[in-house]
Amino acid sequence: MIISGDPALMQIVAVSLQVTGTALLLSTLVGIPLGSWLGLTRFLGRRLIIVLLYTGMGFPPVVVGLFVYLMLSRSGPLGALDFPLVPRLFTVNAMVVAQVIISFPLVAGFTMAAVMGVDPNLRQQVLSLGATNWQATLAVLMEARLGVIVSIIAGFGSIISEVGAVMMVGGNIEGATRVLTTAIVLETRKGNFDLAMALGIILLSLSFLANVIMLRLQGRTFEP
Amino acid sequence: MNATVYSLEKVSKTYGSREVLRVDFLEIQQGEIFAIVGPSGAGKSTLLRLLDFLEPPTGGQLRFKDYSANGGRAPLEVRRRVTTVFQRPVLLNTTVYGNVAYGLKIRGDKEVQRKVKEALEQVGLSELARERARLLSGGEAQRVALARAMVIEPEVLLLDEPTANLDPYNVGLIEDIVADLNRKRGTTIVLVTHNVFQAKRLAHRVALLLEGKVVEVAPVRDFFEAPRDPRTAAFVRGEMVY
Ligand SMILES: Nc1ncnc2c1ncn2[C@@H]1O[C@H](COP(=O)(O)OP(=O)(O)O)[C@@H](O)[C@H]1O
Ligand SMILES: [Mg+2]
Repeated sequence: MIISGDPALMQIVAVSLQVTGTALLLSTLVGIPLGSWLGLTRFLGRRLIIVLLYTGMGFPPVVVGLFVYLMLSRSGPLGALDFPLVPRLFTVNAMVVAQVIISFPLVAGFTMAAVMGVDPNLRQQVLSLGATNWQATLAVLMEARLGVIVSIIAGFGSIISEVGAVMMVGGNIEGATRVLTTAIVLETRKGNFDLAMALGIILLSLSFLANVIMLRLQGRTFEP
Repeated sequence: MNATVYSLEKVSKTYGSREVLRVDFLEIQQGEIFAIVGPSGAGKSTLLRLLDFLEPPTGGQLRFKDYSANGGRAPLEVRRRVTTVFQRPVLLNTTVYGNVAYGLKIRGDKEVQRKVKEALEQVGLSELARERARLLSGGEAQRVALARAMVIEPEVLLLDEPTANLDPYNVGLIEDIVADLNRKRGTTIVLVTHNVFQAKRLAHRVALLLEGKVVEVAPVRDFFEAPRDPRTAAFVRGEMVY
């Protein structure tokens, strides 16, 4: 079945990749700047934001699912607006929203830790060499690149393995919002263990492949 | 010929409620090696941070050539005319070449390769250009830091105890490079050191800083042979109890 390229299966893989890719991109775009900002600056209320972030890192995904469900449902505060940018429940975009909320705290938290681990004198040194503030921030991020990549990997891991929240807000609709994890749940419930197993192997392979690609991004960093 | 590079009047720096620096008057001249000596905690590094425009003074007037610090961040064009080599070199996690090229790249320089090559030759590290900077010994790392500073051809090079904790071989190398830079390129150098012998070997003029205040400024011979202030005499003889 895997080899023959069953169209229904291909559809599930495609939706999985679409949700994961979009959600990871968005949580990276939010998480890396937020983590850098928290790691690099000191201001009133920073500790509160960090505590909230840490809470978010360990937040039960089903609760995020419930929250997004309530917000987006027709009678919910956002759903009732009927605004074009607010996604409808049981769509791919609704799943992306839930996934971003689940994963961006991980990206931000790990990025912050990586940035804070950089020698605090480095910033002063590059400023002294004539860097602008922005160039100095970039230099610090470059030093922290190993940790920043790890933050993306952590975000990816949380997204690709998520099932509860996407089930709730996506609805596991065949041909529309069914992804690998929700398909595994369904097939297992139906007793189709072979199919569930096959889906699981595909999921693992995709995850493995994605991590290999991200490690490549790190380039020479892992070399002695 | 004797143009003034820095002029400080009543320049002070306060952290919290503690004033760690108060320089009533100080001038540094174009093309000289000006040494600042003093025990640790005297405010030497703080003074260098002001001269490098990394921090603004709390009060007083700090002038650098035609620029007058006004409490805010100095403009980039001014900051880029000065740089510091710190006591502990902070190298970027890349190659030796990448480190030396850094200041040129952020300036959009067109001749990065040629200039980096020359700078590495000057510090005797051409062979190590492709090495990871983090794998170098302390002396090599400090020479990379020196090359990285020299390559951007600063008008003033600030050195904050550049040879503390180094072996005599590397101390000698670095002192030679610094003296050469001053002689051949005319770069103004401000050298902070708690080693009076280094000041004696390199400097044209020396200042003693104690508890944030300039006690005495004198040409190197006078400073060591005929100090006006008894505290200078004591410091030079190594009798200062701190
Ligand atoms: N950023 C800072 N915040 C608070 N105190 C500082 C700071 N930098 C330096 N100091 C204090 O200022 C004094 C002078 O320090 P420093 O300039 O480093 O002396 P030196 O370089 O002569 O050893 C010290 O007592 C130090 O604790
Ligand atoms: Mg110091």
